[in-house]
Amino acid sequence: MAAPLLQVRNLRVEFPTRRGTLVALDDVSFDISPGEVLGVVGESGAGKSMTGAAIIGLLEPPGRIARGEILFDGKRIDNLRYEQMRRLRGKEIGAIFQDPLTTLNPLYTVGRQLVETITTHLPVNPAEARKRAIGWLEMVGIPAAAQRIDSYPHEFSGGMRQRVVIALALCAEPRLIVADEPTTALDVSIQAQVIALLKTLAREKGTAMMLVTHDMGVIAETADRVAVMYAGRVAEIGPVREVVKHANHPYSVGLMGSIPPLDRRVERLAQIDGSMPRLSAIPQGCAYNPRCPQVFDKCRQLRPDLIDAGTTRAACWLYDTEMARG
Amino acid sequence: MADAPPMFEARDLARHFDVSRPFLQRLITREGKRTLRAVDGISFSIPKGSTLSLVGESGCGKSTVARLSVGLYGPTAGSVIFDGRDLSEARGLADQRRRMQMIFQDPYASLNPRWRVADIIAEPIRAFGLMTSRAEQQDRVAELLTQVGLSPLDRVKFPHEFSGGQRQRISIARALSSNPEFLVCDEPTSALDVSVQAQILNLMKELQQRLGLTFLFISHNLAVVRQVSDRIGVMYLGRLAELAPAETLFRTPRHPYTRALMEAIPDLEMTGRERIPVGGEVPSPITPPSGCAFHPRCPLANDRCVRERPELKPAGEAMVACHAVEEGRDDAMPMPAIARRAA
Amino acid sequence: MSAAVQRFFGSDLWWSFTRSPITMVSAIVAAICILGALFAPVIAPHNPFDLASLNLSDAFKPPAWHEDGAREYALGTDDQGRDVLSAIMYGARVSLLVGLSATAFATLLGVSLGLLAGYLGGAVDGLLMRICDVQLTFPSILVALLVDGVVRAALPREAHDQIALFVVIFAIGISEWPKFARTVRGSTLVERNKEYVQAARVIGVPRLRIMVSHVLPNVLGPVLVVATLNLGLAILAEATLSFLGVGVPPTQPSLGTLIRIGNDFLFSGEWWITIFPGVALIAMVLSVNLLGDWLRDALNPKLR
Repeated sequence: MAAPLLQVRNLRVEFPTRRGTLVALDDVSFDISPGEVLGVVGESGAGKSMTGAAIIGLLEPPGRIARGEILFDGKRIDNLRYEQMRRLRGKEIGAIFQDPLTTLNPLYTVGRQLVETITTHLPVNPAEARKRAIGWLEMVGIPAAAQRIDSYPHEFSGGMRQRVVIALALCAEPRLIVADEPTTALDVSIQAQVIALLKTLAREKGTAMMLVTHDMGVIAETADRVAVMYAGRVAEIGPVREVVKHANHPYSVGLMGSIPPLDRRVERLAQIDGSMPRLSAIPQGCAYNPRCPQVFDKCRQLRPDLIDAGTTRAACWLYDTEMARG
Repeated sequence: MADAPPMFEARDLARHFDVSRPFLQRLITREGKRTLRAVDGISFSIPKGSTLSLVGESGCGKSTVARLSVGLYGPTAGSVIFDGRDLSEARGLADQRRRMQMIFQDPYASLNPRWRVADIIAEPIRAFGLMTSRAEQQDRVAELLTQVGLSPLDRVKFPHEFSGGQRQRISIARALSSNPEFLVCDEPTSALDVSVQAQILNLMKELQQRLGLTFLFISHNLAVVRQVSDRIGVMYLGRLAELAPAETLFRTPRHPYTRALMEAIPDLEMTGRERIPVGGEVPSPITPPSGCAFHPRCPLANDRCVRERPELKPAGEAMVACHAVEEGRDDAMPMPAIARRAA
Repeated sequence: MSAAVQRFFGSDLWWSFTRSPITMVSAIVAAICILGALFAPVIAPHNPFDLASLNLSDAFKPPAWHEDGAREYALGTDDQGRDVLSAIMYGARVSLLVGLSATAFATLLGVSLGLLAGYLGGAVDGLLMRICDVQLTFPSILVALLVDGVVRAALPREAHDQIALFVVIFAIGISEWPKFARTVRGSTLVERNKEYVQAARVIGVPRLRIMVSHVLPNVLGPVLVVATLNLGLAILAEATLSFLGVGVPPTQPSLGTLIRIGNDFLFSGEWWITIFPGVALIAMVLSVNLLGDWLRDALNPKLR
């Protein structure tokens, strides 16, 4: 496997509030290699979007990286100044957000926004940039791109707008794309088109991608590897087939089991009782222990790190070899 | 089951909205009035104690049907019949209100943030004057909270003290407090996380069995719909494309739109699968295509589909509104992978 | 009760208050103004309306620190020998009374009409909002002047002094209700479409009860801010009317009246008669406005 393009090492993000410091992310580590799609899943509040925001340097204040480091192509990027980060974000790292309207400037035509991005980051003249912009719009599947390039964002429908956003994220030819729920606001039929597009890109251009979503179906179809997050930590990480079909962490097992199957009817869905703890009340030991069916004493006292669980790595004491031996 | 008298019936139900621009602007731009045909003539019935689901993408009119069903909107044409009585009759709605309730999509918006849980749940009891004594009301609230899996002690709390799933439970308790027989559920789990969604779906199934409830269930999620429904209606641009028993629909979807929809859903079993996405997008319901509304995206469309609007006609166990199915041309479109696997 | 007090001191509002020195200073200044006005009869050194205690020989005394000043008149005296400090305290009472009453009146009217317009929509909304639009095209002081003039013309001359206070309150209140109506209408439009309102409609709760018990409590937050900011404006409006001589009767001088009276002597050297009431007015209005600004920011989750 190629050397990882993005390395996240023991990342910890804190939010100082008047009632004390909330730890939104704790000890999060993973890598993404060129051409690889890493899916990040979890329930709302698990910290998946926060991880994406930390990587692209857009943590909302007062959130801050308290510990750990983020390396892009071997160089640290978590301590870059705003201006340096902004340049990197346009050129090397592309971002796609859930709501296309917040990314596009409603006052400029789509073409102007694309051309500006291209000429800012690549050494091409405006005419060439425009040609490339049309090429990108065609690539993301916008019909009659040469005419529509001079339209304003509001003249596109929701699905088309999301494609424009993707074109905008891609046009500077970034090596890493951080996509936060890129298909959540779209209807299924459009969703399928967007997923197909992202997949093609990763494969053909060798772009690395971090795909944040709560939709396991999207992950199953798109990602190569999956990180399952719970209460600000990575609970399990591994190849997509393994995590989806043979998860090791009890939380992943519960999460996958609670997804209603499409191909059969079950009388009673598997469910995880209770709900994820608030950041202000994360239990001692393993954060999942109050909901875990396989909980034992150690889980209530000590927090597990990611442990090799055979096919995947899981933060769960069940896979602690010392314990297995003892 | 099919012989039971229907609890609920929609007959040629339609609801149009005037979405014209203000008069002066129309005058200046010489624009006519614009009508959004959110629901444009649909008929279905729900037998007592069963669940009918309506699925479709955003803008297909499914939520409008939900609101028509409980009288939040009045129909432009057609009628809503509840237990044999037309809701538009004088006092029809007022009498039936106690017997029909609704559960909403957004658990953060469906509970008044300034009210305590006990007052929220007791609102229907008070509005219908079901119990006058306060002690009786309190007992009922405690009973309902237990029934939906919350603690009776939660009644003094405010909505913001609960998680999304717990709020949806409160919403269900409120809907149940007037002992209704018919519940309209508008995307009750789509704002929830998947593990919580399973909790709520299980709870709703349990309650249906225990209380003999009849459900009209609205959702965009086919997998969820499969778990809860007896029959399923697929909507496209304000019309029913297909109406069939749940298992029939998933084993042999007939309408090209149903097939395309099923093919498009990302599925856990499909890791690494290549998909064939449906081309194009849902057209605007203000300017729907001529003939069959699905024809611009349909691989089976021909001249007749462009000209003539198909009606819902029996096709096997299902009812399908499609010329291709009627003419037996639908074999040209392959069954979606999911249906093949299930069959 | 103590639980409520505890909750207040633990709240985000109190926390943001303690974080803003300007707000704390404003609150102290406002408190001094209000307490001074409220307890004027108890703490004022003189009673400026007790004609018996006035001594014309004490007229035009400069402030106490001036070499011609007298100890007992801290801020000097006016042309009739009235103590300026006492007059300010009594005047602030009138100003505050008019300001609060007019704001309360405007709030009541604006909130009710805004709620109706927002919830009912259609023709009711159209009519009420056009009235707002028309009224907002005039400066509100002009509207107040107009209303004041019309009411005075309509009523017999003898009644003027007795009801003058009410006329001023009515005129200022009428001139400022559109702001409240607009604010409430906007929030009502948002709340009306929320699902908890639809849930109440499904149950068949009558419209008026939905408006009062569901929508109203959820639209009052912004009203509090507008009301606080408006209090300052109402006090200023009253001062302007009184300065122009159409406000409160001279027997109950407000700060505006005092400024007008003093204005005649400004160029003859007795500056204190007008400057001190002016400073008091500025302190009062500014502190109330700063409090309103803070409240607006503190209640706005986006700025928090």
